[in-house]
Amino acid sequence: MNIEFLSYAKQQHHLDLSAKGEWTLNTVLEIEKALRQVPCDKKIIWDFSGVSDFDSAGILLFVEYYKRFKEEVDVEVLGYTKKQKEMYTLLNKNRQESIIPAKIGMLENLGRNTLEIYEDIKDFITFLGHLFTAMFQVFLKPKNIRFKEIVYHIKQSGFNALIIIGLTAFLVGMVIAYQGSVQLAKFGADIFIVDTVAISITRELGPMITAIVIAGRSGSAYTAEIGAMKITEEIAAMRTMGFDPYYFLVLPRVFALMIALPLLIFFADIIGILGGMVAAKMQLGISMTQFTDRLYEVLEVKHYILGMIKGPMFAFLIAAIGCYRGFQVSNNTESIGLHTTASVVNSIFLVIAFDALFSVIFTELDL
Amino acid sequence: MNPVIEIHDVVTRFGTRTIHNGVNLHINENEIYGILGESGSGKSVLMKEMIMLLEPSAGEVSVLGKSLTSISFKDAQALRSDWGVLFQFGALFSSLTVAENIEVQLKEYTDISTMMRANLVRSKLALVGLDPHVGALYPSELSGGMIKRAALARALAMEPKLLFLDEPTSGLDPIGARNFDALIVELRDLLGITVVMITHDLDSIFSIVDRMAVLADKRVVAEGSIENVLQSQHPFVEAFFKNEYTKERFSQKMNKGHHV
Repeated sequence: MNIEFLSYAKQQHHLDLSAKGEWTLNTVLEIEKALRQVPCDKKIIWDFSGVSDFDSAGILLFVEYYKRFKEEVDVEVLGYTKKQKEMYTLLNKNRQESIIPAKIGMLENLGRNTLEIYEDIKDFITFLGHLFTAMFQVFLKPKNIRFKEIVYHIKQSGFNALIIIGLTAFLVGMVIAYQGSVQLAKFGADIFIVDTVAISITRELGPMITAIVIAGRSGSAYTAEIGAMKITEEIAAMRTMGFDPYYFLVLPRVFALMIALPLLIFFADIIGILGGMVAAKMQLGISMTQFTDRLYEVLEVKHYILGMIKGPMFAFLIAAIGCYRGFQVSNNTESIGLHTTASVVNSIFLVIAFDALFSVIFTELDL
Repeated sequence: MNPVIEIHDVVTRFGTRTIHNGVNLHINENEIYGILGESGSGKSVLMKEMIMLLEPSAGEVSVLGKSLTSISFKDAQALRSDWGVLFQFGALFSSLTVAENIEVQLKEYTDISTMMRANLVRSKLALVGLDPHVGALYPSELSGGMIKRAALARALAMEPKLLFLDEPTSGLDPIGARNFDALIVELRDLLGITVVMITHDLDSIFSIVDRMAVLADKRVVAEGSIENVLQSQHPFVEAFFKNEYTKERFSQKMNKGHHV
């Protein structure tokens, strides 16, 4: 035992415990070690007259051990100063039950998360309901359509994305042609590279690549823009002025993307096939003329149309999820990041899921 | 005097948390009405219920003679153009300039000419004490005091009968705060509007507020003029008004209260 701070002497009927020296934040560790060694079998008379200095840490330590001793035996405290007593009263008054973090079991956690997802889906359906109502109303009264905002968002989400979409589509077209040419060359079926590239790009890859890039680019932007407006109370301000955020924020973004995405897909189709053409020339020596001649033969218009049909659908999903997640942002900045991530992940997943669905439907319909 | 706003037995719950449990108050025409209370007492929530941003769980709120519980969309839109709201941090639209912020409702709801609109914007700016050139600036380029003034100008754009202010003087320097108080009184006298404000500012409470409601324990614990409120024995009123600082600072006004 460290006798610098605490010492005890066993008497016949009780234990003399005397506290000494400094009971402060710097010494509590030592003192606590000493306190743990105090035997608890007889009445304790605890003398504080030897304490030269103390602070709230010292007092709290006393409170803690006083309670522990008290559970076992009688405790009598002596020799405390008025100041110590005041501090004790103050600390004891503000003493709260220690906060025990609630432990959540695996099953409970699973339940909570499931409920959260359920609520989330319910909220999204409510959002879609509002959105469809607003769309319907705006079709009844077309003068309420905010053309200026729509054009602005077409430029932001459509025109400004041309370069990145073009680059991505070109590279994807090239990769398909490269990989395909290696396999087709084995059979001497070189020219079929045109079928491979043209049909896969127009039917599947063009729309999907474009939608994924736009989900990452514009979906995230929509969430962040609307989320920031929510934090600064701009959306509340709009509501008090009688401006429906669905008309002013959601519909322009949804319409803009539904117009821009099919156009971007058209662009991606052309550049993607061009990429395939370049790769075919390099790898298989198929000339541009040969390529285009074959293209006219094999690429039916229906492939192109089936790809384009998906455009507005994907656009609607991306814009709706982007806006929905934006409205979910609560009053802290971290929440913008979380919801932006959720927005991109959700929209990319849904784009792929719907693409698969379209694939099944078109195949079943023999298209 | 006609009550402009009446709140009757309002109960507000968020999940299991009860914010208001039977709040009653009424606000008369042409007065400056203060809503006081400690943080978490639901002052902002109550104001949000008055401006239709939130719906109470039970009870009735009526504004300008219309009950908000069963209001039609058309009436609600009409009501919205009859009031102006000043948010605590301004809530100016960050993508628009100050002038565009002020004229956004005029553009949307009225058919006045561009020139007339520009004139109105300039007059609102002058009314709140801002230079005309501020109109061309974006909210991010303004100081805290200027944001409040610009937001007030926007709140006044539709010539409202009712003005809601959420902590109008918070974040302003003492001189700016007093000027803002004077401005509110001036606007009230000049335009004959009714002002509802959430405030903690003792100076505003003692100098410009006509009547007030003190929110605590989920209800209104004291209502009326400062003299009436000072009669209350509620712990919050005691702590807020009857501490050493307040007693010393506003001794004259406090004593007046005791003789009533």
